[in-house]
Amino acid sequence: MNPSRPTRHQDPKDDAEPRPGVPNGLLLKLELHSDPRLLCAVRGALERLTELLGLSAEQTRAVTRAVDEALTNIMRHSYLGKLDGPIEIIFSRVQRPASTGPSEGLEILVCDHGPAVDPAKLQGRHLDDIKPGGLGLHLIHQSMDSVEYRRARGTNLFRLVKYFDSVRHIPNP
Amino acid sequence: MQISARQFDKTTILDITGDIDLANSPEIRKAVLREVREHRTPRVVMNLSKVRYIDSSGVASLVEGLKASRDLGLRFILFGLSPSAREVLQLSRLLKIFEVYDNEDQALGS
Repeated sequence: MNPSRPTRHQDPKDDAEPRPGVPNGLLLKLELHSDPRLLCAVRGALERLTELLGLSAEQTRAVTRAVDEALTNIMRHSYLGKLDGPIEIIFSRVQRPASTGPSEGLEILVCDHGPAVDPAKLQGRHLDDIKPGGLGLHLIHQSMDSVEYRRARGTNLFRLVKYFDSVRHIPNP
Repeated sequence: MQISARQFDKTTILDITGDIDLANSPEIRKAVLREVREHRTPRVVMNLSKVRYIDSSGVASLVEGLKASRDLGLRFILFGLSPSAREVLQLSRLLKIFEVYDNEDQALGS
């Protein structure tokens, strides 16, 4: 084990004891309306967060792309272009349960209150046909290590996770 | 995001500045299709050297431009791809579909 690596903590989901000073591993929480003009603001905040975590430029681009595409899908398909639909994004630190390969990561929960999504439509289209549209889900799956969807209490929850070799430790407040 | 056009003999270069996302990709689509379908410019060149980020809706606009150009027997060229733009085209398996150059001299000399 690399001695310079920050102390590992259990994923709060797997451990009843949350990390001291960092409830549920929370790093950042954003609330916005489904206005596409806000996408650049989210990308900017995400770039600063990944910089703080010590992610590589490539990892930052991957995470930024996935979150941006998830928000775009919500704005287009969940809220159908309506500009005032509520969206919440929660960024948290996570640990991979089985420690094979990189075990520390960033979990991003993207929530909206649009109609339930048909899981069959979440796989993305085949890329054999060269045609515009339908690339967003494919890009999300390609950019993240884990992509999950569930519906709970009238809310669509997209859980995206990206693991890295090492994440810079952010001192507890 | 800003779009401006430079016109040469049989070529139009569309200079794009800023990120391309859902908020402005319809403008890109409109500018590209106007150049291809209305003006029928023989060679439309997209200068993306000042585009740091492009999302799937922006890529869709470029694909529309490419398809419209091919339908009319015209050329549609990209140059100056940022790492992010190159990645999104690679992940979409579209990088080899487009005619892509590193810089404007190469694009115009092609």
